[in-house]
Amino acid sequence: MSPAAARPETAAGAAPRIRVDLQQVADLVPPGSRVLDVGCGDGTLLAYLTRFKQVDGRGLELSMARVRAAVTHGLPVIQGNLETDLKDYPSGAFDFVILSQTLQATHNPRAVMEELLRIGRRAIVSFPNFGHWRVRLSVMFGGRMPFTPMLSDAWFETPNIHLCTVLDFIDLCRLMGVRIEAGFALDATGQRRGFAATGKRANLFSEQALFVLTRS
Amino acid sequence: MAPEIAPLSVPAPAAPAPAALDLKMTLESPLVLQSGVTLSGVTLAFQTYGALNAARSNCVLVCHALTGNQYLAGVHPVTGKRGWWDDLVGPGKVIDTDRFFVVCANVLGGCMGSTGPKEIDPASGTPWGLRFPVITIRDMVQAQAKLLDYLGVEKLFCVTGGSMGAMQVLEWASRYPARVFAAVPIAGSYRHSAQNIAFHEVGRQAIMADPDWSHGNYLEENRTPKRGLAVARMAAHITYLSEAALHRKFGRRLQDRETLTYGFDADFQVESYLRHQGYTFVDRFDANSYLYITRAMDYFDLAQENAGVLANAFKGTPVRYCLISFSSDWLFPTEESRAIVRALNAVAANVSFVEVESDKGHDAFLLDEPEFHQTLQGFIDGSAEICGLPPRLAKGAKS
Repeated sequence: MSPAAARPETAAGAAPRIRVDLQQVADLVPPGSRVLDVGCGDGTLLAYLTRFKQVDGRGLELSMARVRAAVTHGLPVIQGNLETDLKDYPSGAFDFVILSQTLQATHNPRAVMEELLRIGRRAIVSFPNFGHWRVRLSVMFGGRMPFTPMLSDAWFETPNIHLCTVLDFIDLCRLMGVRIEAGFALDATGQRRGFAATGKRANLFSEQALFVLTRS
Repeated sequence: MAPEIAPLSVPAPAAPAPAALDLKMTLESPLVLQSGVTLSGVTLAFQTYGALNAARSNCVLVCHALTGNQYLAGVHPVTGKRGWWDDLVGPGKVIDTDRFFVVCANVLGGCMGSTGPKEIDPASGTPWGLRFPVITIRDMVQAQAKLLDYLGVEKLFCVTGGSMGAMQVLEWASRYPARVFAAVPIAGSYRHSAQNIAFHEVGRQAIMADPDWSHGNYLEENRTPKRGLAVARMAAHITYLSEAALHRKFGRRLQDRETLTYGFDADFQVESYLRHQGYTFVDRFDANSYLYITRAMDYFDLAQENAGVLANAFKGTPVRYCLISFSSDWLFPTEESRAIVRALNAVAANVSFVEVESDKGHDAFLLDEPEFHQTLQGFIDGSAEICGLPPRLAKGAKS
């Protein structure tokens, strides 16, 4: 979906729905917040937040083609690498820093998390759960790297180099002294599952997880 | 296609002077230059396109590059030449003159009607020549700010420009942040690099080595340092292109001949192209002006002016920035724009940044590059919406 699609001809009426997982993130952001979307892609979420939540939003994206698409739609997006460029931002510059489905593709997830929580008062982080039963079965019985709706690249071409389970992630938060304000267990499409995101059940049955984090 | 060649010794006749068609404004008070020198009676020659709205909120200032001028758009009634940004500026175009009041002034120190070394020094009644004070990018911008006062524009919707124009844009946005809503520096830098100063010095030395330059007094002596200025332009022109563009355009193809001549005639197409560039340039540009404007670019360093920290230039800025660079530009490479982006991030400014894929080198900002135009269009339309200016009419739509 292009950012333009989130911008209807008339401003009146209800906001259109965007991709379910992005909608989950958008619903967590209060109107008028200052937001940095890290790995913002073509700016679909930013466009939605700017238009329907009046946020003061910025985007950082690695792919120049996607940056061009976003800027062409009038969004303040810059090309950059989150592992080297987050350090440029001042501390506490944003109310929310969003990192959607990208943490597992970074070289140093812990350092990235530190930066997210330095720049933002809160971080919203989502990632695929490597503890999901389908992943476990896939390795145990298939004997090969897992191939699921959330992990659909072959091992030799996947960008994911630091996959983790929900429990692993919670351990890291504890290690870093990061407080989990809210957590959501999601299915592959991004719909919320009916159980807590922080428990063993989520670790086995949620295909992805979404957390709101803050410095404790 | 082989480029047109001007014979070495007989330059084409000069175009008629378009001065009569210029709008001009003379400052009432003297300008105190960055050097400390006071310059009185400063005149700016400028052009406007479109109309200022009742709220005076739709003004776009375009800053031209080293050898540019105020003729941005349309066809010049005297010279018959298209404006240098005619691809971008005009009714329904990216910088839409149906929506925006577009202003472009010849820079201070220029030679297209604004006060510069070729104009008459009122004190002596003769051309300024080298008695003209050295000017800077800040001086150029200060003069433009007075022009906008005169035009009744308190706040610009947008200031944009490429190359030296981008330097002026940065100076505008950092020095007058309250007067700028959006700033688009294109293919520029916050400071002139050592390599760029070096190229400029080659150009200046070529001019000064020409006996017809006559220590800068050529106008009084009725001479023109054509050879020096042409060589300066030839050297500079190479820096505006890219190796890939030169190869695509010319390769090693020969000019109007089947074999090498074993001499120093222009055997190669690329040679005759450069000679043509050099010799057509001398008809439209003043050699002393070239010295002064290149110097102004060399002196520009926005970081050094802010205690060595570029981010200081943008502290608390309310301006929306959009930086655009071109992948094959080696004169003002993408890294220069990225350094500005980093400084803007350090103050959490509102910034967009795009590198456009192009093999046309620095000159790409003057050319029909669809990706560049789409980027600029998106940023301008998005900014106009936030600024409360009317949206662009869709093609074929009725108002």
